[in-house]
Amino acid sequence: MDAKDILGLPKNALPIQEKKSKPPKESQRKPDGISREVYALTGGLAPLMPAVDVNQLKRKAQSDNEKITWQWLPFTNSARKDSLQLYHWVRVVNGIPPTGDYSFAKYNKSVDVLKYTDEEYEKYLTDPAWTKEETDQLFDLCERFDLRFIVVADRFPSSKTVEELKDRYYSVSRAILIARALSPGDVATHPLVKETYNASQETERKRALNLLLSHTKQQERKDVEVLAQAKKISEARKASKASEESELPVLSDIGSLGADKATADTVNPSTNSQIPSSSITAPVSETASVIASLRMLRVYLRSYALEQMVQAASSSAGLRTIKRVEQTLQDLGVNLKPKVPTKAVCAEHLELRKEILTLLNLQKQ
Amino acid sequence: MAQTVENDVQLEGNATESNLKPQRLKITRFSDDSDKKILLKRLKDVEISVPIVYGTIAFWLGRKATETQSHKWTVYVRGATNEDLGVVIKRAVFQLHPSFNNPVRVVESPPFELSECGWGEFEIAISLFFHNDVCEKQLDLYHHLKLYSEDESGPQSTKKPVVVETYNEIVFPDPSEDFYARVQKHPAVIVPRLPVTINLPSVLATNVEDLNEKRGDTKDHPLSQWFNNFSEADELLKLAAARQQVGPLTS
Repeated sequence: MDAKDILGLPKNALPIQEKKSKPPKESQRKPDGISREVYALTGGLAPLMPAVDVNQLKRKAQSDNEKITWQWLPFTNSARKDSLQLYHWVRVVNGIPPTGDYSFAKYNKSVDVLKYTDEEYEKYLTDPAWTKEETDQLFDLCERFDLRFIVVADRFPSSKTVEELKDRYYSVSRAILIARALSPGDVATHPLVKETYNASQETERKRALNLLLSHTKQQERKDVEVLAQAKKISEARKASKASEESELPVLSDIGSLGADKATADTVNPSTNSQIPSSSITAPVSETASVIASLRMLRVYLRSYALEQMVQAASSSAGLRTIKRVEQTLQDLGVNLKPKVPTKAVCAEHLELRKEILTLLNLQKQ
Repeated sequence: MAQTVENDVQLEGNATESNLKPQRLKITRFSDDSDKKILLKRLKDVEISVPIVYGTIAFWLGRKATETQSHKWTVYVRGATNEDLGVVIKRAVFQLHPSFNNPVRVVESPPFELSECGWGEFEIAISLFFHNDVCEKQLDLYHHLKLYSEDESGPQSTKKPVVVETYNEIVFPDPSEDFYARVQKHPAVIVPRLPVTINLPSVLATNVEDLNEKRGDTKDHPLSQWFNNFSEADELLKLAAARQQVGPLTS
């Protein structure tokens, strides 16, 4: 009350306001179709659009003139080999229980694993690395486990890799199919015949995937860097071709590296060893692309050329690193921009900047 | 867009074999480099550079100073060793502050300079246009005119001007054979020695301009006493010392 005195507010204002706010609120509170409590849940505001039409909810049961009951009834599953009878709730309409097989029986699919006779084995399927016993075991397991080779490999008595098992299974099946086929054309479209399983390629692929998966963050960063450099180099290639330059001898090396990276399937660990060499050659290609663009100008100032080279050399460095390079230059008593930019001075300046950059990068690690 | 370039300027007064070709060489310019190469015969991997110094010298007018004209200043582009730049530069265009009458001033012959009176500091744009066999594109330089000296010690003197000069080098990455032949012995231009296999006719006659009235070089220029000496030795020493400090750390 004292505050109001101080502020000089009229004391009557508030009560009037309170009365006014209450009635409009009361009228808003009368919704239709939804109970008051639910309305309050939405924060006193009407929902945008009813998710379900309220009228439909109760009507469906009313319009059916049928009697619905739920009964606990036994059922059989055609997918089962035994005659186990289980019970479950069934929706009974007018006293008539539903007919038909258990609804999930249709999902019981299995693989058609080919069976060979002993004769066929002798004729077509012998292999130096596999005994008949092992092959039989393999096929038995394959059928039991629906070609889940990981499980088969686990259960297989003698230790063979998943790829070896797959290889044996697919080549045997293929051989049987071809042998049984009346003419080669019949089975030509069969997927087993059309596509052969390449065990060595699979081993390689999985190893590569594993490697990729187990990349540390550092390696991921390096990969991104190398890819970026490869991109730059291929662009420099284009630029130098346009100006008919024939430098960049390292391109063949980098070219294969680029092609290597393009196919994710065959990422070799040897690419890791190629990275150090490419990181040294990348600055060379950066300056080469700068030189190419300068030649396009036909005339330029040497200070401008130096600026461009410095920018290209520092392109991989962050702003903070560049500032540190400049600070180092100042500490050494060197002008950030040479006062006498002759060819020799500019070359020395650029080399100095690159050395400082290398130094800072080394210090970071 | 096609442009025609005529080469009769350089063929005058030269008793070389290349003159026996038709007097006018029409060179149409397209975006295709190979066309140019055939007609203009550029030298690859050869770089011609012209060391220049450009800047301003401003004198306070002292007693004669008025509100609107307190200083007399000169803006110029000269060879770094004060040699004649006319062998490379055809004309220089100085763009002054719009408050000047005819702010675009064209200087058609060396020495490429311009003097004016004024009271204010502003940026002057200098556009250099080169001879036809040198380069079709112009080169733009920018220089801030300084009238008042850095250290505010004492009053201005009419005797000591405010001098601001910038050293730079104009680089022509793929010079034409004609350009090379013309300037290879000229002191204003830095020209690398070509390998022995390439033979170019040497220009026998001296520069036409020298025989005429006005000298293009600035060796005895009235303002030459204020010119700065730019020597790369100092900078090279500093850089070498710095590299010696940094180099061992990176190995």
